[in-house]
Amino acid sequence: MSILEWMPFSVLLPLLAAPVCALLPGRVLPWLLAMISVTASAVIMAFVLPEAVQAPMRYFFGDWPPPIGIEYRVDAVNGFIGLLIALMGTVILPWGRVSVNREVPQRQGLFYALFLLSFAGLMGITLTGDAFNVFVFLEISSLSTYVLVAQGRSRAAPLSAFRYLVMGTLGATFYLIGIGLIYIMTGTLNMVDLAERLPAVADSGAVQAAFGFIIVGIGLKLALFPLHRWLPGAYANAPSAVTVFLASTATKVAIYVLLRLVFTVFGLEFVRQMPFAEVFFVLGVIGILFASLWAVEQDNAKRLLAYSSVAQVGYMALAISFVSVAGISAGLVHMFNHALMKAALFMCVCTVIYQVGSPSISAFNGLGRKMPLTMLAFVLAGLSLIGVPLTVGFISKWLLIEAAMDQGNWFAVVVVLIGSLLAVLYIGKIAEAAWLKPTPEGHETIREARPALLLPMWLLVAANFYFGIDTRLTADVARRGAEMLLGVSP
Amino acid sequence: MSPAMLIVALIVTPLIGALAVGLLGRWPNLRETATLVTAATLFGLATQLIGPVVNRFDVALEVIEILPGLAISFRVEPLGLIFALLASLLWFVTSVYAIGYMRGAKEPRHTSFYVFFAIAISGAMGVATAGNLLTLFIFYEMLTISTWPLVTHKQNDAARAGGRTYLGVLLFTSIGLLLPAIIWTWVAAGTTDFTPGGILFGTLGPTEAAILLTLFVLGIGKAAVMPMHRWLPAAMVAPTPVSALLHAVAVVKAGVFTITKVVIYIFGLDFLANVPLEQWLVYLAGFTVVAASIVALKQVELKRMLAYSTISQLSYIVLAALVLAPFAEIGAAVHIVAHAFGKITLFFCAGAIYVASKKTRLDEIRGIGRRMPWTMVAFTIGAVSMIGVPPTAGFVSKWYIIAGAFQVDNYFTLVVLMLSTGLNAAYFLPIVFRAFFREEDVKPKIDHGEAPWPMVAALTFTAALVILFFAFNGPIVDIESRILEVGR
Repeated sequence: MSILEWMPFSVLLPLLAAPVCALLPGRVLPWLLAMISVTASAVIMAFVLPEAVQAPMRYFFGDWPPPIGIEYRVDAVNGFIGLLIALMGTVILPWGRVSVNREVPQRQGLFYALFLLSFAGLMGITLTGDAFNVFVFLEISSLSTYVLVAQGRSRAAPLSAFRYLVMGTLGATFYLIGIGLIYIMTGTLNMVDLAERLPAVADSGAVQAAFGFIIVGIGLKLALFPLHRWLPGAYANAPSAVTVFLASTATKVAIYVLLRLVFTVFGLEFVRQMPFAEVFFVLGVIGILFASLWAVEQDNAKRLLAYSSVAQVGYMALAISFVSVAGISAGLVHMFNHALMKAALFMCVCTVIYQVGSPSISAFNGLGRKMPLTMLAFVLAGLSLIGVPLTVGFISKWLLIEAAMDQGNWFAVVVVLIGSLLAVLYIGKIAEAAWLKPTPEGHETIREARPALLLPMWLLVAANFYFGIDTRLTADVARRGAEMLLGVSP
Repeated sequence: MSPAMLIVALIVTPLIGALAVGLLGRWPNLRETATLVTAATLFGLATQLIGPVVNRFDVALEVIEILPGLAISFRVEPLGLIFALLASLLWFVTSVYAIGYMRGAKEPRHTSFYVFFAIAISGAMGVATAGNLLTLFIFYEMLTISTWPLVTHKQNDAARAGGRTYLGVLLFTSIGLLLPAIIWTWVAAGTTDFTPGGILFGTLGPTEAAILLTLFVLGIGKAAVMPMHRWLPAAMVAPTPVSALLHAVAVVKAGVFTITKVVIYIFGLDFLANVPLEQWLVYLAGFTVVAASIVALKQVELKRMLAYSTISQLSYIVLAALVLAPFAEIGAAVHIVAHAFGKITLFFCAGAIYVASKKTRLDEIRGIGRRMPWTMVAFTIGAVSMIGVPPTAGFVSKWYIIAGAFQVDNYFTLVVLMLSTGLNAAYFLPIVFRAFFREEDVKPKIDHGEAPWPMVAALTFTAALVILFFAFNGPIVDIESRILEVGR
């Protein structure tokens, strides 16, 4: 089998493994099966990406060429995102096992089956070249995610899951309406065909309305300000493993869908006629500033990081709003980098919750002495979020500011910097509690987390530094991807 | 060892030292030996670079490109060499002093203190040898972050508040102003390498250049030009060895060193001479010199007074660098050394007084000169150097700065220097007078003499350096003069 024929298995394997997983008894087997299929997915993507960067890989399901059949189409952009998701899954699953054992003691087969469905859904959204197929996978991943969020131990978990469900369903419906409209206008759902046929009907109100529906629908999924209201609750109340996985993958995939539909399907000409750049610029700016301020206010460490995620989505929206190669590649790089830092940060916080039992910031008091390795990892990942040199966050900031300066957009430069400074405040809040506050009574017996929790955490922290120094994978591939999206030849 | 490898060794040696200190934490004497051995090794390594620099070898090293065309690279030039020598020599002296201080003052957590101290020195070495703005920024931030645990060492409310101001101002300036300035330089010039003659000529208009220079001068918060100076008094909650080495030498000098390098190697004197608005920064630095001296007059705590004196003296260097006269540039470079010797002596004395008598306020030290003659003689020497009177180091640099001001007819600078000389005398001399010529009004609770001997030895040594630098500054001035050579 060639690598092309292997490629769809990065989606199919977890999808097929999910029902098997649901039937497996005990705690070890379901986890093992999930681990194997996610790892296999990552390995396949690692082989796919180098080829996809050279030339797009196309796979026709059942040998039916589009528009009849469904096509998987992988290029530099979605190969990159797919690899990111699969890698994050591979790192998070071993870490999550410990916390899942405590938070979901019963019927773990079902839990891992849902996890695999959610994972397969995200991979499917990323790899498919069919706009309706995106919707199908979107629903697969969303529905399983709602259930996963509801598994959280806190009493607010079902409510958060319900909110997420309402907002998520709204988003999916909007997306479906948009796709329906463009199907009526063009008679195809294949993205490449759409890109060819849409310009002819670009002036029609239906296509413009479809664009609006699609943007709002995806905007809900990616938690773009002001459509972000579901995110903090969902992140804060979901089981730890789910929070870490969602935070590092779900919004990234939504951003990818946005880029793909806006730039590949609708095309640059069309986008320039619509107020897309302006809207994303404004929402990005407001998102960065407000969400960062809210993050500073939070007393719950998980919520604090969740609001920070909303702010980071703002950075990506800002980067995309430049509609330039520099801007979009900065956005893609930040997507990858943010996955690394947020996963590391959420892992640290969730590890603390596992050891101490509370997500409130006062629970971090004096932890620097009790759990030095966890808290050191937190500070290092936090420095990456702030954007200190040698970390991935620095690369993101540098590229983003460079892209803004290219446009002569000094206002954006200032906003990005203010966002970084606010990150100093909210990361500093936890760091100060951990290192400078005395240990409260009753916390004397708290010990450092076990290696199974520390190892994946430190692996991610190391990745935060490695990709902050060696940017060949991230910056180069992202640049190729941005050039491809904008149709600029390198 | 090849000169390029020496650069790596300069940065890595303190880190190895930090590791060794951390591992030897359980055995205090071994741990302190590790610090001393590392510091001595570091100074030895730094001296190995004198030969290549004097003989005009290009000592450079490129490590890795983190973005296309943007590399982590190192290059040793005269200014950096002197800074590295200065910081490593004084690290050794301070380590001797710290042994006496940390034990005498019964400070907690010695191990983490020495570990972060060593990491901070590694950052200073990186700043000294950085070959471009990006590399310099990396180590600049490392210096900021590694000194935060030192400032907050006492872990009480005052330390937390001081630590917030410290990190707040330094990160606000570096991320909010310095980073965009660096990226702007990169976008405009396509490089951030330190190049004799500058890299920005012809890429920016005069107004843009003035804005960029302002971003640099204010963004390099470690230089403590007003209004970015608040972190320095806040940092005084740290144990005195930290104040002495880091907040009188390594950290603050990294700031003025960076400004000097930006003026000479990024803008270039000829380019800046065509930027009329640059004068406003001269006025700002001049204002800082005078205003900080006036604030120092009103201080009641000895260490805070010294901090404001440092703010004032740092702006001497910024002012001298911005006067854009050849002699003034040399004066700026020499003052980095001269002020370091004087100020570290003064801080050593303040710490010695604290350890021996627990006194921190200026009104408490009447008659202390009789109990602690060595300390107070050293203090007097340091104070005289701050005022800038022969036979001390402070006179040498002031001489060059004044000569530079005459070269370009900058009478504003002359007035500032005269005013500040008077003010310096006004706040230092009464202390000396009180210590030697007044009687103790209350009998102290502790019947004390001098502080522990390692502290007295250290402060005597640095006081001697202040005098020696006056007599034997030739070689250093020679090397520093090279900073103005354009092209190799």
